[in-house]
Amino acid sequence: MHFEYQIEGGNFTRAGFASSEIKKMLKQLNVDLGIIKRTVVATYEAEVNVVAHAYSGTIYVDVDEKGIVIKLVDEGPGIPDIEQAMKEGYSTASSKVREMGFGAGMGLPNMKKNADELNITSEVEKGTTVEIRMGFG
Amino acid sequence: MSTKYFHHALKFRKEVCIGCSHCMNVCPTQAIRIKGGKAELMDNYCVDCGKCYRACPVGAIIVEQDDFNQIFRFKHRVALIPSVLMAQFPENVSLTQVSSVLMELGFTHIYEVEHGTEILKDEMARYIRERDNDMPLMSTFCPAIVRLIQVRFPTLTENLILLKAPLDIAASYYNQMLLDEGQDAEDIGIFYITPCAAKIAAVKSPVGQEDSPITGVINMDFIFNKVYTTVKQGFIGKNTCHIPRLDAMKSFAVTWSSTNGEAAHMPGRTLAIDEIGNVIEFLEQLENKEKHDIDFLELRACDESCAGGILTSSNRFYAVERLRKRAADARKKRREGLMSYNTAGPIVEYSAFLNENIGIGKIQPRSMDKLDEDIGEAMKKMKRVHDIMEALPYVDCGLCGSPTCSSLAEDIVQEQASITQCIYVQKRMEQEGNMSPTESMEIMQKIWGSEKFEQKNNSKKIQQ
Repeated sequence: MHFEYQIEGGNFTRAGFASSEIKKMLKQLNVDLGIIKRTVVATYEAEVNVVAHAYSGTIYVDVDEKGIVIKLVDEGPGIPDIEQAMKEGYSTASSKVREMGFGAGMGLPNMKKNADELNITSEVEKGTTVEIRMGFG
Repeated sequence: MSTKYFHHALKFRKEVCIGCSHCMNVCPTQAIRIKGGKAELMDNYCVDCGKCYRACPVGAIIVEQDDFNQIFRFKHRVALIPSVLMAQFPENVSLTQVSSVLMELGFTHIYEVEHGTEILKDEMARYIRERDNDMPLMSTFCPAIVRLIQVRFPTLTENLILLKAPLDIAASYYNQMLLDEGQDAEDIGIFYITPCAAKIAAVKSPVGQEDSPITGVINMDFIFNKVYTTVKQGFIGKNTCHIPRLDAMKSFAVTWSSTNGEAAHMPGRTLAIDEIGNVIEFLEQLENKEKHDIDFLELRACDESCAGGILTSSNRFYAVERLRKRAADARKKRREGLMSYNTAGPIVEYSAFLNENIGIGKIQPRSMDKLDEDIGEAMKKMKRVHDIMEALPYVDCGLCGSPTCSSLAEDIVQEQASITQCIYVQKRMEQEGNMSPTESMEIMQKIWGSEKFEQKNNSKKIQQ
C-alpha cells in the first residue's frame, strides 16, 4: 500500500502528524511492538528534521507484509556534509528551535540507531531525501 | 468477539436503553455500537472509564455492585474507605459521625485506604530514581489508565510502575493485622467503598496480580446515600456509641487520590494529567519519543481524579476543596506537634511484610487496534478499510451505529457491519436506483429499532 503526507517547513505545531498515522497503521497490522517503536521514533525524528530545516516536504510510505519503507523528500538547504551531520551532538539548529526542545544534534544518529536501514542523499540548496527501511520479520 | 480479557463493572440494561447513542459518541476507546435500537459494549475495547455512564440520559448503564448483605457472611467486616468518601460530606459531618454510621450499617472495622501510601510513597520514589530508561515512568494508580495503555498504547506498558495501589497495600495490611490478632482467615471480609467502576473491575480481575486481597466492593453513592440520610435524620443507633479508633492521616495521604497527589511527592520532573481525553492526547505524542525530560507521569481517567469518579455524589470541585482543607488541617496539627500526625501510622509496623509483597507482575500489552493476528490478513483488511473509506463521507454522524466513519469501515472489514448502514451510501444508492426507500428504511430500523420510526410517523404534521 502506498500513502503520502505533506510536511510544512517551519510549522512545529503539526510536526508528528505523519508519524502518528504511520504508528496507527503499524498497530492495525499487528507489527511487533519493538519494531513499531523504532519505526515511529525514527520517522518522528525525520519528520521534525524536515519541519526544522526545509521549506516543504513529502513523506512517501510503502508498506506490505514484509516491511515498510518511509521516504522523506524535502525541498530545502540540503546537508553539505552528511558524515558530519551523522555525528552525535552536531547541530545547526537556531536557538528558537532549541528552545522548543528540538535540535540537540541527536536527530540523525537516533534515526540510524532505530532504523533497520537508513539512506540519506542530499544536494545543497536543493533538498534532502531520507529513506527509512524497516523489516517486519 | 474473541477471548474475553477482563471483567467489566459497567452493565448495559437493554430494557432501559433508548438507543440515543450519547454513550457511543463519548466513548474514548470507541467500544460502543448501536444495534436494534440498543447500545452494545465491545468488551475487549472497554477500559471502564465510565464516560458512558455519565452520558446516559436514562440510567440504562449501571455499575454492578456486590450485594451489601454479603458483608454479614463474615465475622470481621472491614470497610476500606477512600478519603474521597469523606470529601462527599459537608463540613459539619465529621469522620467520626460517618464511621459510626458505617458501624451501624454493620461494619466492624473502618480503615482509610490512603494509609497504604505511607508504604507506597518512598517505594515509588525509589523505583523512579532507579529507573533505567529515558522515558517517564507512569503510575498504575488509576486502573482505567492501566487498561487504556494496554489497549491503545501497548508500546508504553513497559513504562508502568509495577507497584501495588494504596488500596491493595491497605487491604493486605488490615488482613494481616487481623490474622496476627488471632482471627481466622475465613472470618475476615474486606470491603472497598469505590468511587468508580474501574476500581471494581480491577478488584474483580486484577492486572499484574494473581488475585485481590479485597473480598467485595460497594458503590460509594449507595454508602453516601445511606450514611447521609442517617446523619440528616439525626438517627442514633445502638452502635453509635461504639466509635472506631481511626488512625490519623497525613496531609500527603489525604490528597493522594487528587490530581497531583502522587506527582507532587515524586522525585525529578513530574507531570499530572487528569481526564481520559487529555491523557490520550498526551500519550499519543509520548509514543513518538524515546527520550523525555519528564521522570514521572501521574495519569487519571476522571476530571479532578477520584473526586470526579462516576459514583461520587458531591460536586467534584467541592470535594477537592474539602480534601485540601483536610490536608491543611493535618499539616497544622503536625506543626502543633500532635503525636499521631508526627509519627508513622501503625501500618509501618508491617512495612517489612508489605514491602516484600508490594511488587506486581509485568503488565502485558493487548493492543486492540490490530485488524488481524496475521500480518498478511491484516494487510488485506487494511487495504479494504482504505477502499471503504473512499466511499464514506468523513462526517462521523454515527447514524450507521458506529461512532466514526473509520470505525464503520473497520466493523465492515471485521464482518460486524455492512456499508449500506451508511446513510450517505444509501442516498447515493437510492439515486442510482440500487436501493428502494423500503430497503433503506429496513436498514435504519435494524440499527435504531423499529419503535423509533413508529413514534415519528407524524412527520407530516411537523412539515406543515
